[in-house]
Amino acid sequence: MHALIQGVILGVLTAGVYALMASGQTLIFGIMKVVNLAQGAMVVFGAYLSYQLFTSWGVDPFLAIPITTVAMFVLGMAVEWAFLRPLRQQDKAELSLLVTFAVALLLEGFLSVTWKTTYRSINTGYANSSMTIAGYQITLVRLWAFLLSLGALALLFLLLNRTRFGRAIRATVQNPESARLLGVEAQRVSAFGFGLGSATAAAAGSVYGLLYAFYPGTHYDLISLLLSIVILGGLGSIGGAVVGALIVSVSSAVVSATASPTWSSMTFFIILLLVLLVRPQGLFGTPARGAI
Amino acid sequence: MTDLLIVENAVKSFGSLRAVDECSFTVAESSITALIGPNGSGKTTLFNVITGYLKPDAGRVSFNGRDVTGTDAGRLYRHGLSRTFQQARVFPQLSVQENLVVAGGYSLRQLFTRRVSRADREKAGALLEEFRLAPVADLLASELSYGQRKLLEFAAVLMSGPRLVLLDEPTAGVNPVMIETMERHIRERNTSGITFLIVEHDMNFVMRLCDPVIVLDRGKQIFAGHPTDVQSNPLVLDAYLGS
Amino acid sequence: MSRLGVLRGAAFFATLVALPSFNLAHWVMNMAVFVLMFAVMSSAWNLVGGFAGYPSLGHAAFFGIGAYAVALWYKNHELTNAWHPFLALPLIALIAALVGLPIAMISMRTRADVFAIVTITVLFVAQTLAFNLRSITDGAQGLAIPPATFSVTTFERPFYYVLTVLLAFAMAITWASMRSKIGLALSSVRADEDKARGVGVHVTAVKLLAFCVSVGITAMVGAIWAYYESFIYPQFAIDPLITIAMVLMTFLGGRATLWGPVVGALVLETAQQVLAYQFGGSKIYLIAYALVFLLVMLLLPRGILPTIQDWLRQRRRRLATDNVPPPAANLPPAAVPAAHGGRA
Repeated sequence: MHALIQGVILGVLTAGVYALMASGQTLIFGIMKVVNLAQGAMVVFGAYLSYQLFTSWGVDPFLAIPITTVAMFVLGMAVEWAFLRPLRQQDKAELSLLVTFAVALLLEGFLSVTWKTTYRSINTGYANSSMTIAGYQITLVRLWAFLLSLGALALLFLLLNRTRFGRAIRATVQNPESARLLGVEAQRVSAFGFGLGSATAAAAGSVYGLLYAFYPGTHYDLISLLLSIVILGGLGSIGGAVVGALIVSVSSAVVSATASPTWSSMTFFIILLLVLLVRPQGLFGTPARGAI
Repeated sequence: MTDLLIVENAVKSFGSLRAVDECSFTVAESSITALIGPNGSGKTTLFNVITGYLKPDAGRVSFNGRDVTGTDAGRLYRHGLSRTFQQARVFPQLSVQENLVVAGGYSLRQLFTRRVSRADREKAGALLEEFRLAPVADLLASELSYGQRKLLEFAAVLMSGPRLVLLDEPTAGVNPVMIETMERHIRERNTSGITFLIVEHDMNFVMRLCDPVIVLDRGKQIFAGHPTDVQSNPLVLDAYLGS
Repeated sequence: MSRLGVLRGAAFFATLVALPSFNLAHWVMNMAVFVLMFAVMSSAWNLVGGFAGYPSLGHAAFFGIGAYAVALWYKNHELTNAWHPFLALPLIALIAALVGLPIAMISMRTRADVFAIVTITVLFVAQTLAFNLRSITDGAQGLAIPPATFSVTTFERPFYYVLTVLLAFAMAITWASMRSKIGLALSSVRADEDKARGVGVHVTAVKLLAFCVSVGITAMVGAIWAYYESFIYPQFAIDPLITIAMVLMTFLGGRATLWGPVVGALVLETAQQVLAYQFGGSKIYLIAYALVFLLVMLLLPRGILPTIQDWLRQRRRRLATDNVPPPAANLPPAAVPAAHGGRA
């Protein structure tokens, strides 16, 4: 029982950072109908950026977030402009998968050449301190990471719900046609949306780098996890991404704590298949075969 | 005349919107029945329910004396219930001839036979002649004009020898000459025994061609009868002009 | 098939059969073996990703299943005859198809992009399993396979010839499906699946058939690869780059064409071998590869062969319209002339 609850606590705390990564990905899908397979690589890139800031100038990863998010926002816009915008509309969905995969490989290659392929980790002074509440151990850095992720998600939520730009994005997600008629510039929204998705990846990357050791190939693990989360929650739904992250993270932490860590990475896949069996559109997705 | 299609108390909701609401009506064998109604009255949803593209939440659909509620669209098609779509859905990368052949309603085993057999070619050839598409038989469907694509879609769903054909706005977006062509084909096919159920906005077209006319409003049938009586019916006027 | 097509095929395979008799250097033969492997796999991928329009990103998992099937068998059995592993290939294909069936049944109910994602997840799960089921797969240590006892001087030849046969098989299946109603059904699925279902096409059956045949062939290549390398590690036996190579080669050559995947494999695998040789173990080759990938997608989104075919088609039509009146002249005038091309 103790192991179970400890697992749940760990799962919930870890879910925050995954929710942040996944929200960016699901946002990009919602706006552009593009499944960004480079999201994992962008997270790893973010982690390396804050690693570099920390080791070279001693910038605390939490404080590095504004810098990394802005950098990745610009990078995301550039990727959208260079590789996604030129695709023809009729095969955009299919080609964008491949193009974003190529971007992931490009980033992986760049990271490997720049930082080599050994594992890196960000060792802050507080990385290992923890506290014990009612017999359950909580690592402080995880708690901070969780709170920070919640903060970033809240910011994203405010941005989408309280600003003009956010309204334009939401209109595009709900109905691209009428959004266009209302004068929303699809191209600008796409570029900003992709930038915003990349920025959340950067923020998540800084947090991820604090929690785990990483190397360029980490993006493969991340992307499979992220894809499961967004499919589970329903592509395009940010709330779904949060719920999906909770389910995936808690279930694998619980399996890891009670059964064996070996099987924890299998758990999310089995859950994913079960959900798809019942609801092909995911938990909070809308059936996308709207062609009828 | 017997009823080829019977819809009883069909219900289909999307969230809180009841697109089809306790709807009942019949289509008599060998008739050309029109289904009209203001925008959003549930015509296309009803089409989707009848043809198996959507499962109704409640109610029954019977075709040719059999309960076919919720039957898969492909099976219904092979049993003689064909439909076209509002936006002329053809397969753009297939040739015009292949667009007909693919709609032949084949059994599983026939998948392993020739792509276009001699029998297919003859059967498709006759339809292509009838619809004057023979000269473009080898073009890709994407190379046709919109009107020609509508004709092609219509011709294609005749390949399986249907008993009932549902046409979703056959004249939308096509020119007057093509409308006349469409009308002629429907008449000819009706004479040779096919029943039609047509959703249409062009009232002149409906008046010339259809009898009876069914009027739908907010997912319910509010009128069924002779076309000349439609325009004088207060319920119908209400529905169109708003109360 | 047209006479020209038969000739083209005969000439191609005659060249393939004759090639080893020129006593090529080992590194050339080695490269040829890899080109053939990828030609077979891209042709297999093309059945699902090209013809049916379901871009699977998980095929490397089935490559791995084939590789591990061979390795696991010879973990407990003696290799008595160097040709035996080849005889087991049909069985391996069957196993992969049976594993693939339930995965396809679930993932193909969804849309093409969700399908791509589910299959990529299958890939990572397979890799995790290969790492974690240590009692069976020996995890990261990898598994050894008894080396093939072929003559050292012509070591590559048996693999080369078996792969040539497999390529002929994969292309024959592709050709047969294009010529039958299966190909017609697959094209209709790719264009508009709902409509296809509605006109009575057995959509589910053809999709599952294409997927199972496709992953079966892929697994056979995986088995041959494992035997050829005689040692396998999880990260190479189940490698996302293998999936990507299949996809990329098919896209480069031309999706849903008979020769596209072969052309793509020839161009790209040769390029990749050279790049890997040039940059050695450095990851610069990954960057170069990704850049080639991006350029192909942006400049030739439809692939080499369809681009050429289109060009020829247009030229022929231009010639035809110059000489005779257009065939559509006696048809009613087009209502919406601007609606040419693409889906409405």
